[in-house]
Amino acid sequence: MPPLAATPASVRVVTLNIDGKDYSARADETIIEVCRENKIPIPSLCYLDGLSIWAGCRLCLVEMAGQSRLFAACSTQVTEGMTVSTNTERLQRYRRTIVELLFAERSHVCSVCVSNGHCELQFMAQKCGVDHVRVPYRQVRNQVDSSHEAFRLDHNRCILCTRCVRVCDEIEGAHTWDVMGRGSDCQVITDLARPWGESDTCTGCGKCVQVCPTGALVKQGTSAGEMVKDKHFLPILARRRHAQ
Amino acid sequence: MSDPKITVATAWLDGCSGCHMSFLDMDERLVDLVQKLDIVYSPLVDTKVLPEQVDVGILEGAISSEDDLHHAKEFRKHCKLLLSLGDCAVTGNVPAMRNPFKLEAVLNRAYLETVDVQPQIPTVGVPALFRQVRPIHGVVEVDVFIPGCPPHADAIFYVLNELIEGRTPDPSRVTRFGA
Repeated sequence: MPPLAATPASVRVVTLNIDGKDYSARADETIIEVCRENKIPIPSLCYLDGLSIWAGCRLCLVEMAGQSRLFAACSTQVTEGMTVSTNTERLQRYRRTIVELLFAERSHVCSVCVSNGHCELQFMAQKCGVDHVRVPYRQVRNQVDSSHEAFRLDHNRCILCTRCVRVCDEIEGAHTWDVMGRGSDCQVITDLARPWGESDTCTGCGKCVQVCPTGALVKQGTSAGEMVKDKHFLPILARRRHAQ
Repeated sequence: MSDPKITVATAWLDGCSGCHMSFLDMDERLVDLVQKLDIVYSPLVDTKVLPEQVDVGILEGAISSEDDLHHAKEFRKHCKLLLSLGDCAVTGNVPAMRNPFKLEAVLNRAYLETVDVQPQIPTVGVPALFRQVRPIHGVVEVDVFIPGCPPHADAIFYVLNELIEGRTPDPSRVTRFGA
């Protein structure tokens, strides 16, 4: 257990049980935070330490004793006496299916992707045992926006985790990114769905590129496997923002 | 040597042969492997006819044509265990990147628009292409999936060795999409 020295007097400490072991945590923490602190692996794609909670990817779903429905670990706060299971057969099955649906939805051709070997979706597939996709691929062609001088957006590889939207709004403060459309038409946009290169609000900071888990947002001029991302700036900047 | 050898058949459908090259990349381990298995049909050996009963069938490449489909069905019929080897077989991969386009547009681009001398779409002696490229398990049931482009020789060796030892391989331990 990491030290809880920084706990403000007003925040209670609760005891909960995760996968058969007891843990204590601050009552304002979420299940995923407690799991990460205690090295309990919970898969996630939209959750990122330093950004607000989206709870969209559903990979961090956990089971809770006495409850029939599942809970997203990233958006559920711990409570006293809570009993959580993070890796049951049912959860493994659901996670596998979620990853397969992500692969089937757009065209994630890993072998020719600039993020090959550095992609969170690719590693998630391996971790969840997705060695093939059981549903038919949708086979749609999505647009690529190469209008920005430094960066490129490939909708084919976007999983709509909205990390780019959140980092741009919450850390950079530009809010260039947003989400447009519903269902299979849903996509991330810059400004009012204008080409990225024509954006008046984009500062060109590249934070969106660094937090993107896949090859959807990349640097121009990268070839297959060359796009290595660095997210280390995020928790540091996020802490400084909250300290202000 | 009293145990009969495991018979193995391989074929390469719509792929680049890279997976078969990776198979050969097992290098000196092939010498040990052939003590335990017999390659009875493959682009790597001379046999022209798929035997009636084969223990393990290995398919590289996606299903893009009538010919590919025929091969896949033959393999399923004659092989006890069928393996999809590599991303083209497992996902469709690069061959399937033509799927969002109309087949006519793809053929025109390849054989007419970008050709200076004698532009013509081949029709004689070549199998008809399907409108959509599918992974192997899109047309026949597959037992083991080995993703990778190509799967590393170590991954292929791991899977074959597990099968020889009578265990069920877990390819995700050693390979992934795009590996």
